[in-house]
Amino acid sequence: MIFMKDIYKTYANGVTALNGIDADIKQGEFVYIVGPSGAGKSTFIKLIYREVKPTKGTIVINDMNLEKLKERNIPMLRRNIGVVYQDFKLLPKLSVYENIAFALEVIEESPKNIRKRVMEVLDLVGLKNKARFIPDELSGGEQQRVSIARAIVNHPKIVIADEPTGNLDPDTSWEIMKTFEEVNASGTTIIMATHSKEIVNTIKKRVIAIEGGLIIRDEHRGDYGYEA
Amino acid sequence: MKLRTMNRHMREGFKNIFRNGWMTVASIGAVTTTLILVAAFLALVLNLNQIAVNVEEDVQISTLIDATLGEEEITALGEEIEQLGGVESVVFSSRDEQLNQLVQSMGEEGQAWQLFEQDNPLTHAYIVTAAEPDQTAGLASQIAELQGVQQVNYGQQVVEQLFQFNQYARIIGLALIIGLVFTAIFLISNTIKITIMARSREIGIMKLVGATNGFIRWPFFVEGLLLGVLGSIIPIAALLTGYYYLDTAVSEQISYTFIELLPFSPFAWLLSLLILAIGAFIGVWGSVMSVRKFLKV
Repeated sequence: MIFMKDIYKTYANGVTALNGIDADIKQGEFVYIVGPSGAGKSTFIKLIYREVKPTKGTIVINDMNLEKLKERNIPMLRRNIGVVYQDFKLLPKLSVYENIAFALEVIEESPKNIRKRVMEVLDLVGLKNKARFIPDELSGGEQQRVSIARAIVNHPKIVIADEPTGNLDPDTSWEIMKTFEEVNASGTTIIMATHSKEIVNTIKKRVIAIEGGLIIRDEHRGDYGYEA
Repeated sequence: MKLRTMNRHMREGFKNIFRNGWMTVASIGAVTTTLILVAAFLALVLNLNQIAVNVEEDVQISTLIDATLGEEEITALGEEIEQLGGVESVVFSSRDEQLNQLVQSMGEEGQAWQLFEQDNPLTHAYIVTAAEPDQTAGLASQIAELQGVQQVNYGQQVVEQLFQFNQYARIIGLALIIGLVFTAIFLISNTIKITIMARSREIGIMKLVGATNGFIRWPFFVEGLLLGVLGSIIPIAALLTGYYYLDTAVSEQISYTFIELLPFSPFAWLLSLLILAIGAFIGVWGSVMSVRKFLKV
């Protein structure tokens, strides 16, 4: 599903983010990526949807070898990966409905299917009654749920979340986590970078800890392991 | 591509035209200015070209016949010339006709020449036209060697100078046109770039959800095409009215010279089409060029 072998990444400015990483994540797993700021978490995540290319090493995602992936086939890779950000990345002028439909329009889905599928995911994240609102009219938690809906609308095999609860208060964070668990229950792999000790220690999942560009710990049902 | 997707791209392209307000106006302004200048240069260069062609075709060798020749010898000379290679026509022109032409072509000053009517100093002549204009010089030297030919004239220097001038005008005109077109592409791509900065977030999100570069580029293509077409409206209107005026008013005044403008129809219409095509090209290229940078996410 997600396979990394001996990954090194040095950025153009000389900063080394990853220093030889191996990882193997199976379909349907829920994995937390933890570690201090600047440890390489974001780089690890960006490698998966090819926003970043490794300096050295092999990555295979959904049976696609990213080393051999041609530039023009990157969109095909990304159609199987949903991404959720800390800052939501919604288009402010479009309604909730349009923001989600957007992800299906670019893959040339038929209008009938778009309508059906968008309403489905809105129902799943509990925002069916707010389809016509624009992002600014929603709370932070609701906006994040819209971005989760957008990430899962085209049935990706993997959902990647980079600090999805970073901008949210604790109560809202638990709601968001519940949504992620539901998505995971349907068989979608979830990779989540987080700084939240409470979440990691309460909702027990596999934990991969990255420090200084290396994986220092990889445990099933692990702990956060750092003082928050 | 699906028709539905094409519709979406068209809609987005049109929407952007309005959404970008003043930037659109600025881009259209850049195209308009360029195209007015390009149209003016093209009209000038193409007409100069036509004049050169006309002159080239009108070049005649006037063969002055030795005054001592009798009628039979003159006829024989005419046949001799006709038998030379590359001759299109040989027309006899008597000395009186020669004088008449001279008087007419000189206008008022020609009146003075009328005094010579009693004692014409000119000789009879054969007016020879070459089948191919560029063979004129060779033919002229062949004729000059024939018995009974006093002199041959084909206005060598005037013709050569005109060709020379025309050559320069063409090169300079073309260089200016190319320069202008690239300036306009640069201006448009910069104005559109500013509007894209605001949309870079949108493009980034499109890329993340798996939009292909082509999908992202299409609305910009449509937008550029529209900018180019809208920008060519005023230049085409100016070209059509301006050339119509030139064709009707100026043609009359220069109709006695060898200069002849290309006729309004179809020339002005064809040139308008060309201007429209250049406008569309400038718009599309400027627009598509400016998105390129933002596609590397």
